Amino acid sequence: MADHSSSVFSQIARAPEDPILGVTVAYNKDSDPSKLNLGVGAYRTEEGNPLVLNVVRQAEQKLVNDPSRVKEYLPIVGLADFNKGSAKLIFGADSPAIQENRVATVQCLSGTGSLRVGGEFLAKHYYEKTVYIPSPTWGNHPKIFTLAGLSVKTYRYYDPATRGLDFQGLLEDLGNAPTGAIVLLHACAHNPTGVDPTLDQWEQIRKLMRSKGLLPFFDSAYQGFASGSLDADAQSVRMFVADGGECFAAQSYAKNMGLYGERVGALSIVCKTADVASRVESQLKLVIRPMYSSPPLHGASIVATILKDSNLYNEWTVELKAMADRIISMRKQLLEALQARGTPGDWTHIIKQIGMFTFTGLNAEQVAFMTREHHIYMTSDGRISMAGLSSKTVPHLADAMHAAVTRVA
Amino acid sequence: MALRTPITKRFISSSHASRSISSWWKHVDPAPKDPILGVTEAFLADPHPDKVNVGVGAYRDDNGKPVVLDCVREAERRIAGNLNMEYLPMGGSNKMVEETLKLAYGDDSDLIKDKRIAAIQALSGTGACRIFADFQKRFSPDSQIYIPVPTWSNHHNIWRDANVPQRTFHYYHPESKGLDFAALMDDVKNAPNGSFFLLHACAHNPTGVDPTVEQWKEISYQFKVKGHFAFFDMAYQGFASGDPERDAKSIRIFLEDGHLIGCSQSYAKNMGLYGQRVGCLSLVCEDEKQAVAVKSQLQQLARPMYSNPPVHGALIVSTILGDPDLKQLWLKEVKGMADRIIGMRTSLRENIEKLGSTLSWEHITNQIGMFCYSGMTPEQVDRLTKEFHIYMTRNGRISMAGVTSGNVEYLAKAIHEVTKAA
Repeated sequence: MADHSSSVFSQIARAPEDPILGVTVAYNKDSDPSKLNLGVGAYRTEEGNPLVLNVVRQAEQKLVNDPSRVKEYLPIVGLADFNKGSAKLIFGADSPAIQENRVATVQCLSGTGSLRVGGEFLAKHYYEKTVYIPSPTWGNHPKIFTLAGLSVKTYRYYDPATRGLDFQGLLEDLGNAPTGAIVLLHACAHNPTGVDPTLDQWEQIRKLMRSKGLLPFFDSAYQGFASGSLDADAQSVRMFVADGGECFAAQSYAKNMGLYGERVGALSIVCKTADVASRVESQLKLVIRPMYSSPPLHGASIVATILKDSNLYNEWTVELKAMADRIISMRKQLLEALQARGTPGDWTHIIKQIGMFTFTGLNAEQVAFMTREHHIYMTSDGRISMAGLSSKTVPHLADAMHAAVTRVA
Repeated sequence: MALRTPITKRFISSSHASRSISSWWKHVDPAPKDPILGVTEAFLADPHPDKVNVGVGAYRDDNGKPVVLDCVREAERRIAGNLNMEYLPMGGSNKMVEETLKLAYGDDSDLIKDKRIAAIQALSGTGACRIFADFQKRFSPDSQIYIPVPTWSNHHNIWRDANVPQRTFHYYHPESKGLDFAALMDDVKNAPNGSFFLLHACAHNPTGVDPTVEQWKEISYQFKVKGHFAFFDMAYQGFASGDPERDAKSIRIFLEDGHLIGCSQSYAKNMGLYGQRVGCLSLVCEDEKQAVAVKSQLQQLARPMYSNPPVHGALIVSTILGDPDLKQLWLKEVKGMADRIIGMRTSLRENIEKLGSTLSWEHITNQIGMFCYSGMTPEQVDRLTKEFHIYMTRNGRISMAGVTSGNVEYLAKAIHEVTKAA
């Protein structure tokens, strides 16, 4: 008789903690009252609490009070109103691509899900299987694309010397990429560095990419959250759509609508013609069906409710700007606190960088020191989530950074 | 600073670009419609007043309307406005997973007490099967999956996209419209030792044909002899007989025999949470340490797919199952749905027999769960759709949940019409 009592998986080793989500795991284990979680990019109020937007609460109430609402399966491509609204949000309501029905939009599980579905579609239907991702980038990007069936290369992005953009390096690396290669672009508020190209630089990137037939794949996780303006934060994407060419865009509502755990996002593929877009949509269904059949209903219903109602939409833009403004204010306060302490070094990148994160420039040893001695939780690449700071906790962080810089190499 | 790469030579002006460069996606073929979900699309597009949708397996009440269970409405009322929407852990809601494991493995399961089960919240049954398939590919890369004939069509898609080779095993016996038990056992015996099998725990989809308790015991025994791995897809617990404990019998038999099974659970049908995408994937391990390792690896597969699962549906489940009164209400409502379907089976069979059909229709009441495998051919199904505006999948599968006292006579008449001898 074959041995049925031992597991077919007995050789399996325990996987390492996810570098980002693992930070919160470690934070939760710490009992020190002064502990500070600057790890995962989830917005916190001045009081350090998670925030559910008023417009979201209102949308929720509308949904729960509507007795006609049912829980039927969504179509494979998701909620139609949500898809239409999302495409308008990123491309602009007057976008010719939308007017001409050239956009295939599918609801996906937040940014991660949108990137994964897009990646699998590319692995199946695109002749070039290499995707270029910026160095550094969100830790989950390479895993998503690798599991989707693509191979991953990097292009230079961050310049540690200036704590800004390595623009020449970027142009060189994209210039050397094979024709047709896929290029992942952070639409705004680059994660983890907070360093974005200027509009002029975006224009140069666009020209280069179009001349080489490189395929743009935008990851837009912070629209409205970076500058406070939804339109301003979508400029990079709209620039590429305006030239009539094709591109991919992954959108997330995790941060800008605070819908994190509801997993709401969209993948849009801008195509040359409406006929191509329709065929592309049909093929996207074949990627989605064996992954999870159809996307979750609740979060998309909240988003659609808000996007369709002009009062709720306007209220949303106000709440969004308030979040962005609070983060910008935290940046100013942190810089001032470091300058007041006479912390060695130039810290102006803190206010030059944009979005949820600051790439401090601290090294892994300094980060470990800050965690050990000061109970500051952040990723080992030196990234801090500004959203996790408040006026009350800025001094604690500034003290910890000052100590790290002066005592740890 | 001059650019090292001269792009001016190959630069095409932006307005020119849109005219001269063609789409990267010209070669993309239109995909075939999903055989199941495409049926509802066609149904919705039909303006005929007598149209009947017995296609997709979503429950309908006796008025043909979708149902949101009372326990779900109450849970939603409690949830709305009260909680934040922070990310769940990668493995999902612990509370929801704990309650879900109790359903499959038993409230007093030693496996749960001993923490031997690696489990994560998944995107309903589809998501649970897909993560398992990816896990199987990664950690048993030389294995294949044995899939019953027939099965839910998406099973083939799932294991194919996970790059796990597929084989089939005999299941449905067309002549008797029941189980081809002898051939099934032959296939189990002839498969190489240590093969991976996909089993429907109850209410087989699409046939509604389940092994008896005795047959399950024999299958389990033979699996022990061969050292096979059993992966149970349980999408209808509670929905088949009305009693969740009874519907989990196949799994309990395997557990008693010491099998280290895998299991996919879905709340789409039995809690009516279809669009919320709530489910669970579990793997029984040798000990707690192994369960921790396996769970961590399952999370590694979830992270690059969707990072963490959606919170709302999980909250509904844990609110209901965590409250004894709500749980009792749920059990009552699940039994109500199962009973209505069992009632419709009886009614459909009686109506067809009343019309004088010379064929045997006892399979309608022998089969169990949401579906009836009618035995009708694709051509007969096409006639049902064209002439009677009745929508179902071309394999002859009828979703009994779509049958009501209002349409059962019409349906019986149409079925009799297309199946009677010319």
